[in-house]
Amino acid sequence: MPVTVKDLERAIRAAFPVSHLDIEDQSSGCGSSYAILLVSEAFEGKSTLARHRSINQALKQEISQLHAFSQKSFTPAQYAAYQAKNG
Amino acid sequence: MFQSALRTSLSLHRSTVSSCLRSQTFRRFLSQESRAKIQSAVTEYPVVLFMKGNPEQPMCGFSRGVVKILSAFDIPPEKFKTYNVLEDLELRTGIKEFSEWPTIPQLYVNGEFVGGSDIALSMFQSGELETLLEQHGVIPKVSES
Repeated sequence: MPVTVKDLERAIRAAFPVSHLDIEDQSSGCGSSYAILLVSEAFEGKSTLARHRSINQALKQEISQLHAFSQKSFTPAQYAAYQAKNG
Repeated sequence: MFQSALRTSLSLHRSTVSSCLRSQTFRRFLSQESRAKIQSAVTEYPVVLFMKGNPEQPMCGFSRGVVKILSAFDIPPEKFKTYNVLEDLELRTGIKEFSEWPTIPQLYVNGEFVGGSDIALSMFQSGELETLLEQHGVIPKVSES
């Protein structure tokens, strides 16, 4: 069973309070390669490594079925700054 | 200045820089022996990269990305070691358990897990990676002018 955007979204929303979420299927639809951008207040005060570990943990099942997985994690304040910088 | 040029060239690779992985059907128990071997591997050199392929011929875009990032720093060869996980199945599964990290590449500095390619890239772009390497005496500190 390929992993769908819905699968990932469900698992992420179950684990984190989401203020913004982008899930990009980078596999042209075969469901094996995703990049996500997650903005959550849960990341407040956590290092990037700790954030990525918590995402890896929440998506353990899904990631084990993927070929590639890329993630960006921001707090709401960081995301506002990121958007201002990257338009 | 050299770095900003490199940063520009790296941004071209941005879309391919991330973490490679393959589905893991069998979960191996990491033996004491494997753990000890990996522990000594990550502490033997100041900078250790577990990757697919080698720096001359990376076998994955994400591994290639981290090699490129590290090549920006002129790390002396005696302070940098890479392991090709494709040549060692035990290492390939073992390092994921050891680091509690599901993907390859994996970067270690002074025995500490830094992260995979997403983290290496963002730390490179923010300058944190350079600072980390300086703090650990891997590269000389750039004097403020």
